[in-house]
Amino acid sequence: MSAVADAHAVDHDHHGPAKGIARWLFTTNHKDIGTMYLVFSFTMFLVGGAMAMLIRAELFEPGMQLIQPAFYNQMTTMHGLIMVFGAVMPAFVGLANWMIPLMVGAPDMALPRLNNWSFWLLVTGSLILVSTLFMDGGAPNFGWTFYAPLSTTYGPDSTTFFIFAIHILGISSIMGAINVIATIINMRAPGMTFMKMPMFVWTWLITAFLLIAVLPVLAGVVTMMLMDIHFGTAFFDAAGGGDPVLFQHVFWFFGHPEVYIMILPAFGVISQIIPAFSRKPLFGYTSMVYAVAAIAILSFLVWAHHMFTVGIPIAGELFFMYATMIIAVPTGVKIFNWISTMFRGSLTFETPMLFAIGFVVLFTVGGLSGVMLAIAPADFQYHDTYFVVAHFHYVLIPGAIYGIFAAVYYWLPKWSGRMYSEALGKTHFWLSFIGLNVAFFPMHFVGLAGMPRRYVDYPVQFANFNMISSIGAFLFGISQLLLVYIVYRAIRSGNKAPARPWDGAEGLEWTVPSPAPYHTFEQPPKVD
Amino acid sequence: MSVQALRAGALATAATAPATAFAEWGVNLPQGVTAMSNTIYDLHMWVFWICVVIGVGVFLAILWSVLAYRRSKGAEPAHFHENTTVEIIWTVIPFLILVAMAIPATATLVDMYDSSDAELEIKVTGYQWRWQYEYMDEDISFFSSPTTPSAEQNNLSKKSDTYNLEVNNPLVLPVDTKIRFLITSNDVIHSWWVPEFGWKQDAIPGFINKNWTRIDEPGTYRGLCAELCGQGHAFMPIEVKAVPKDEYREWVAEQTGEDG
Repeated sequence: MSAVADAHAVDHDHHGPAKGIARWLFTTNHKDIGTMYLVFSFTMFLVGGAMAMLIRAELFEPGMQLIQPAFYNQMTTMHGLIMVFGAVMPAFVGLANWMIPLMVGAPDMALPRLNNWSFWLLVTGSLILVSTLFMDGGAPNFGWTFYAPLSTTYGPDSTTFFIFAIHILGISSIMGAINVIATIINMRAPGMTFMKMPMFVWTWLITAFLLIAVLPVLAGVVTMMLMDIHFGTAFFDAAGGGDPVLFQHVFWFFGHPEVYIMILPAFGVISQIIPAFSRKPLFGYTSMVYAVAAIAILSFLVWAHHMFTVGIPIAGELFFMYATMIIAVPTGVKIFNWISTMFRGSLTFETPMLFAIGFVVLFTVGGLSGVMLAIAPADFQYHDTYFVVAHFHYVLIPGAIYGIFAAVYYWLPKWSGRMYSEALGKTHFWLSFIGLNVAFFPMHFVGLAGMPRRYVDYPVQFANFNMISSIGAFLFGISQLLLVYIVYRAIRSGNKAPARPWDGAEGLEWTVPSPAPYHTFEQPPKVD
Repeated sequence: MSVQALRAGALATAATAPATAFAEWGVNLPQGVTAMSNTIYDLHMWVFWICVVIGVGVFLAILWSVLAYRRSKGAEPAHFHENTTVEIIWTVIPFLILVAMAIPATATLVDMYDSSDAELEIKVTGYQWRWQYEYMDEDISFFSSPTTPSAEQNNLSKKSDTYNLEVNNPLVLPVDTKIRFLITSNDVIHSWWVPEFGWKQDAIPGFINKNWTRIDEPGTYRGLCAELCGQGHAFMPIEVKAVPKDEYREWVAEQTGEDG
């Protein structure tokens, strides 16, 4: 048995990457696939971001300036869909591909061919989704939540392609999740018990289970839409005995866990970075693991807090209000843990740490507005206003996006073998930090003062804060181009990175050279 | 006649004066003009201040850690971790704070859901993109359509103060009367929202939702559709004219006289 394994290993020494385009089309290497995921997701981030810029340009002043309402609705819809399915989720899969094998001491993902297939399905699904913009009648225009009957009886023709794209993207994500679970369960290095796994691995394991649980529900709800549109059923059509509210229940049963799918891996990233730059172990590893698991379980029990105004019975309102409020407890545990880790540490503030601290500060803002939104009677005012837009951008940008940026700066030396420019990285952080707050903080105000979301035009009393928001959004948007330059410059001319560029960083990924060789851990390391 | 005009003028001033002072920089929920909206406002402020206190505490803790334990100032890392007592404390205290929020929230919600003993019933139906109002006990029914001129929307003429907030036929309601709304839709989902009343309620085709209000002060109250309903979503405002009871009776007589 061991003789066979050794012969294999010798073989691999001569088995570098293929040349040219074939390397990328047919690769089964987790590092290549991880790189492709990251590059692709960042491209989609810029596409979705360009749409956000158009939205903010239209909202710069009241009145109709640049785009018509029909196209505006396509922009808000596509911005949301592309950011969720094209940018954030694939970026975390990219991080998982690169880092999980390195962090658990595995030679590759457990199912390498499936891995290649997942990535190319992601590209296919995303292209189908983007192609709807060029179809007769335009792209989906019913919001990323695609509520029936606006998306069924009243939807554009391209809805069918949107449904197909969601199916493909769902299959891609499910296969990615299966791969993550198979890798973590089966391929950990000897001695790495579950409770010794790095936090990033733990959060991804839990995220993968969430994906497998809820993506079939999403597939189900879009299939029901497909039936309603083409095959004469009436799941969501009241005129045929159906129920438009049923759509929302099924959608949000997927949608709320989806929110945690986009945040839990970022929790993991932050839990790696804060101890590294505080030079002090994570305060409560065990309670962090339990808190993530608790958040994941609770995420299945709170979906109707997105639906407080649809007319659910009072018992339902109370249940979903209490359940939602309880999520604040494990989330608080995580925040307190990160702060206690920094407390009495020896802190330095390299770019990954800046993004991590920015994450903790701003995610707290988004979390607290989340507590306010959980209060059902007050939500009758907050619901569907810019207060909600402010809330979810405060959890998604400092949460998911800052988490991804922090991870990129933290592990870029490992991926590329080069250091990025610390001065430019810090500039990127501060521009993003200022831009984000100028863009999204005023949205709390206009939302409370009465501006509903998804409005192409608004009463004049909201004009001042909208102009400020737009200016902040432009600043945030433009600063992201800086990241392209920082990464490009690092790869071209950055200083050579040592195997462990951060003196406080711990984990198996820092035991291999930088850049990580094409094949790593062909012999499993031993973990004490 | 002149008395009425004077009164209407005084009311209009009273209703708009506090609004215009901060209109450009409005940062908070309106207190509203019903007991319910005031309760919701108080609940909102209670939860808001709790969140502010927690937020400030968290930020101070972060600030302290960041300022006091910098390696550049020679901070040596401690190595403590895991402390069950601390972890129990920061689990239990947030839970108790949540209970302090949940108790008033529950009481408010129970009140909101009690739309019994209404003296007046109005059926509201959402259309793409206008509202229909039917007075269930009177023979009154009309559409309320937006009237903001497209020249204003296309920046060809100056926008009025009620830009995108004005309709041809406002909903006329009596004050000091418990009014039950039956809310539904004829096409897609809309949401009927007047912030001064403290709530919005989705208008869903095939279903009838209910909610209620009792307006304390006469005045004109404006609202907007709050659920994405297609390309006219931003252009189906709500205008409610709340009038004293006797004036309301006159209005009803006028309407039914015309219709009959």
